[in-house]
Amino acid sequence: MKPRVATAWLGGCSGCHMSFLDLDERLIELADKIDLVYSPIADVKEFPENVDVTLVEGAVTNSENEELAHIIRKNSRLVVAFGDCATTGNVTAMRNPFKLEDVEKRAYIELADKNPRIPDEYVTIAQLLNIAHPLHEIIKVDVWLHGCPPTADQIWFTVNELLQGKIPVLPPVYLRYG
Amino acid sequence: MAVITFIIDDEQYSAQEGVTILQVARDNKIHIPTLCYLDGLSTLGACRLCVVEIEGSPKLFPACTTKPTENMVVRTNTEKLKKYRRIIVELLASEGNHQCAVCVVNGHCQLQDLAYEVGLDHVRFPYLFPKKSLDATHKDFVMDRNRCVLCTRCVRVCHEVEGAHVWDISGRGIHCEIIADLNQPWGTSANCTSCGKCVSVCPTGALFEKGASVGEMQKEHDFIKFIVTARNKHEWVHIAPEDE
Repeated sequence: MKPRVATAWLGGCSGCHMSFLDLDERLIELADKIDLVYSPIADVKEFPENVDVTLVEGAVTNSENEELAHIIRKNSRLVVAFGDCATTGNVTAMRNPFKLEDVEKRAYIELADKNPRIPDEYVTIAQLLNIAHPLHEIIKVDVWLHGCPPTADQIWFTVNELLQGKIPVLPPVYLRYG
Repeated sequence: MAVITFIIDDEQYSAQEGVTILQVARDNKIHIPTLCYLDGLSTLGACRLCVVEIEGSPKLFPACTTKPTENMVVRTNTEKLKKYRRIIVELLASEGNHQCAVCVVNGHCQLQDLAYEVGLDHVRFPYLFPKKSLDATHKDFVMDRNRCVLCTRCVRVCHEVEGAHVWDISGRGIHCEIIADLNQPWGTSANCTSCGKCVSVCPTGALFEKGASVGEMQKEHDFIKFIVTARNKHEWVHIAPEDE
């Protein structure tokens, strides 16, 4: 059976996933090697059970991210913090020095074009956490893959090491923030 | 002056009495990481990245301020030192707001270089996300305290080389901040000559030129040594960049 691989998109810009797509023709090779069981680029509603490796993009910035992060951890053998937001909080965490109510006021009132209103019912909109967290502050992380975004070569190296059953130790050339 | 002989990493070296372990190491191409140290400025021993082990003492010593004695046995790269150096970089990262992706010196930053050197795959301490200020009142330069690691190179270069003494440190402990003159907007400083030396010696993107975008700013750290040598010895020689 092929390794079951998932990718998830938490509080990030999807740039890491764009970089994943930059694997270009290597994606075809990868498709032969793995089953992609959950991803923003696959139409799967529920995060499945029994996943071998999950790449998690983005910081944990709202209640939905937090819930999904715990499900990911429960159902994945290995969790990879995928990119700088998952590793450090990065741009997503730039709101952290400010109070949540000031952040919400800025986003929903001061910068609104019309109908300025702070969302007060959180049925369809996820509620922001007080601060955005790097993934390892919320769940145990096994591997960190940095970069904003990580380059396709970094991703390729990491995924291949994982598929060979190794915990990747990024060589200095692939240890890059920003 | 007397010559002394001592050991660094199992090799014997001779040096003039009075020079530091760091100077001897650099003269002999032994790499010891540094951050607050800059050739040409006074030494402070503040950042502790250059700590070394000296046989017979349980303490760690900063190589930049410690002078070797006869038959001293120094180790520069033990597992214990690697562990502490990583912790130092982690604490620097967690105490500031270092978002490399949106920084003017991304890719040319000495804090990034140190992070890579110590193998910083993630920071194990909680990030503090402190609320820091940014001063863009100077006509040419910006001070972003979010990215400051308090190495005080700017303080020292302004006082010791330019002679203007614009910069100082205010506060205590984690609340320390670099301030201009009497804690006023930089643009209103009567002392500042706008020479830009502070910007050049800053190891991170805390001080930068206006108009520089992400990753655009590259700094010249070595020219301070040139100026100081010229002033003290009347020798105008460019020295090859040393590993900082």
